[in-house]
Amino acid sequence: MIKVLFFASLRERLDEASLEMEAEGLADLEAVLMRLRERGGIWADVFAADQTVMMALNQEMTGTDTPVQDGDEVAFFPPVTGG
Amino acid sequence: MNEIRIQSEPFDPNIEVDILRAGNPAIGGVVSFIGLMRDINEGETVSTMTLEHYPGMTEKSLQTIVDEANQRWDLLGSRVVHRVGEMKPTDPIVLVAVASTHRGEAFQACEFIIDFLKTRAPFWKKESTPEGSRWVDARHSDDEAEARWKLKT
Repeated sequence: MIKVLFFASLRERLDEASLEMEAEGLADLEAVLMRLRERGGIWADVFAADQTVMMALNQEMTGTDTPVQDGDEVAFFPPVTGG
Repeated sequence: MNEIRIQSEPFDPNIEVDILRAGNPAIGGVVSFIGLMRDINEGETVSTMTLEHYPGMTEKSLQTIVDEANQRWDLLGSRVVHRVGEMKPTDPIVLVAVASTHRGEAFQACEFIIDFLKTRAPFWKKESTPEGSRWVDARHSDDEAEARWKLKT
């Protein structure tokens, strides 16, 4: 299983802070995005290809071609605005 | 001494700077940046703001930024304090304070840390306005501010 976290406006729009996903068949973060899109409705909107979504794997900022494996923590969020 | 802190309680930037420079006679200059909560943004009154972060990752990303600053410049200490949760206009949101022997290194390192914090550290701002609440959009100028440091390597 991998843990998937959502922050800020993504968390609010999805009405979900986290979920667990079977790692089987997930090659990389692009595959995780595809599986989220397949949930349809708001999920398809939030993770549509033209949306700016940032991502982290095990708490390091990264991109869609990063491989994932069982036990990983993945996070999706909008561009950051602190400071 | 490098300290990174994320907290919901208010903080006093002057006390933080005093702690940073205390007892180190080698320090010739401290440069500090204080990010404050404004009561207006994009033409609308903002009554409160709530900051969200990613516990764990936020601390790690700030540590990476401070480590990078220490590799680039000869520093004698730094302090990064960032608030999360709800705050009001005039409240300090973030402090970045850097100490060094001479001012040049401290000025550059302080600007470097805040520029990277703005684009790499997972914090998100949500404002309450008379029209309701809204998430603050990332600014293109922040990306440009970060990008110029890459040109200097």
